Amino acid sequence: MTAISDTARATRRLSLRNINFALVIFVVLYAAIVVLQPNYLDAALFMNFLRRAAPLIILASGQLYVILSGGFDLSMGAVVTLVVLAASMLIGGDPEMTWVVIASLYAMGLAVGLANGFIVSFLKVPSIIATLGTMLLVNGLALAWSGGAPRGDLPDNFRNLGRLVLKDVPLVGSLPIAVLILVVVTLLAWWGLHATAYGKRLLAVGDNPRAAELAGVPVKPTRISAFVISALSAVTAGILIGGFSGVSVNAGRGLELQAIAACVIGGALLLGGRGTVVGALFGALSLFALFTLLNLLGLPQALRDSLQGVILIAAVGASVLRHRRST
Amino acid sequence: MQFRSILAATLAVAFSTAAYAQEFNDPAEFKKQRELLSTKAEGPEGKPWEQHLGGAMIDTAKFKKDGPHTICFSNAGVFNPWRVVGLNNMKGEAALQKDRIQELVILDAEGKDDKQISDIQSLLDGGKCDVLIVSPTTTAALTPAVEAACEKLPVIVFDRGVNTKCPVTYIHPVGGYGFGITSAEFIASKLPKGANVLAIRIVPGVDVLETRYSAAKSIFDEAGINVIGSEFTSSDRAKTKSVVEDYINRGVKIDAVWMDAGDTATAALEAFEDAGLPYPVISGEDQQDFLRKWQKENLVAIAPSYPTYQWRTPIIAALDILDGKPVPGPEWNLPQPAITQETLASYIDERMPALHYSLCGCQELPGYPEQWGGK
Repeated sequence: MTAISDTARATRRLSLRNINFALVIFVVLYAAIVVLQPNYLDAALFMNFLRRAAPLIILASGQLYVILSGGFDLSMGAVVTLVVLAASMLIGGDPEMTWVVIASLYAMGLAVGLANGFIVSFLKVPSIIATLGTMLLVNGLALAWSGGAPRGDLPDNFRNLGRLVLKDVPLVGSLPIAVLILVVVTLLAWWGLHATAYGKRLLAVGDNPRAAELAGVPVKPTRISAFVISALSAVTAGILIGGFSGVSVNAGRGLELQAIAACVIGGALLLGGRGTVVGALFGALSLFALFTLLNLLGLPQALRDSLQGVILIAAVGASVLRHRRST
Repeated sequence: MQFRSILAATLAVAFSTAAYAQEFNDPAEFKKQRELLSTKAEGPEGKPWEQHLGGAMIDTAKFKKDGPHTICFSNAGVFNPWRVVGLNNMKGEAALQKDRIQELVILDAEGKDDKQISDIQSLLDGGKCDVLIVSPTTTAALTPAVEAACEKLPVIVFDRGVNTKCPVTYIHPVGGYGFGITSAEFIASKLPKGANVLAIRIVPGVDVLETRYSAAKSIFDEAGINVIGSEFTSSDRAKTKSVVEDYINRGVKIDAVWMDAGDTATAALEAFEDAGLPYPVISGEDQQDFLRKWQKENLVAIAPSYPTYQWRTPIIAALDILDGKPVPGPEWNLPQPAITQETLASYIDERMPALHYSLCGCQELPGYPEQWGGK
């Protein structure tokens, strides 16, 4: 009898611990939204919420790889801006160009990711400085190329990736293309991190690079690949943002910090070694729910910014405290 | 470790917009600008950049000098599309008058007061300038630098002003209150009492934008129209669209959208499209993308302006001053037209980029449209 109840308690404790704290934060924030605005329970509105949150979730998943490897990627927002501006200038409104240009956008992302990775791995520049440098470089390039004002146009087949909502889909009702892309990217990110030997190596590198190296982990290629994954996710997010709302020189501003904040709310340890894709997912959703909630509350801007700060610090603090207790 | 986490969160907070309250509601200025809007312009027909609304003329005989001249310009910066178009207009005007200009020296302050103060100093120290044009970053900080320049050569200030009367003239369109009056009066004329309007704004605390809102707000209040929200979007299209979607989801009918600047007007309209709702009455600005959308969708709309053609005027003024010809001063009020349904078609130019400001007065300048990013 005692043995059974002990096991039961152990399982329960285990399952409680397995619930990501960011999920709790997200549910609380979303519940607050629903209290203010009950129609957010509609499937269509929830899907729309996901459509808007998709770029941030994708950014957070990519950023997570770099954070786990023990670094930061501050160049993400700049890559998003570059992608949006480059897409409109290269496509120039011609729908036949869309897919070719998307391929070249990924090539640009690959170049930025490789540059970040090489600077960090071979020149031994701390990633926060290295990616700050690429951030300025990429932003400057994007602005110089566009002449400070966006040119060109995005055709509908490009815009649809971030904008189109499929109606009358079985089970879910309406389904934005962006949510489909989000599901695929999140599954890929989850698989890469939690189902492959590569994921284990990444954690090992972030936890203790010296030990990982002695154990035979190829530290440099692992680090470089993390930056590449991060940059490619930024390209994907940029395509969705450009699709959602069109060309803007401010498209990516501040997104890198939001992505980092999302990872931390999701329980990722800055400087590496611990974190999950599910955590990053709910961290990003929590952050986005917070933005939406503050919009709905209709508070004055100054108060809203302060409240956002307080809630962010509380969420991160709570998440960190919880992990310290549980380990 | 948790300190680092909190550090990251703090960074995220620090990057969100700082806001501060200030008084931008001056009834006397409001009244003055309302009168200027209906004042008949003096000067050559069809060339609003050479016209002026009332005011006195200043004698400049003492500045007369033989040409060609070196014109120096201390620019606050080129940090937004409005200033990009404006700077192109100024260069275009200089190219038009190239026989009379030896050189146009431009220093870019990159939006920093201290850089602009030292820019002005180095232009004065260089000794090449015959005349100095200043577009100040901020009013109070630049006043002493402008006063110092006035002692050495004729100075022309435009866009933002300075707290001194020493420049020969201060060139500017009617102003922020005028922008708010034009747009809000149009919206009020199209809506019944009790209708709802959503205000979409760029950032708080900027004088030229706050005055637009305060003017619009007083007109809406007068007309009994509810301002259901006033939201800041930092010129970010994704944020604009999200904010408008959130308001739509609240279930309150939005009859009109008022904007303090037009760069995200089409993003706001897309939120209505995506929700399957009819377009609201809207006030945007004179950017191409908004004008095209307006024509294509038959919107009920107005495009007030803070015309970029004001960047041509300082060059014209500089040459007049060095010729000893009288110029409007100490304030040169330029007309500030709005694009309406009647004039819409004439301002659309498919060759131009989306955020090109149509009231640039640049169509006849050398290098148009390529210099302005057109095809």
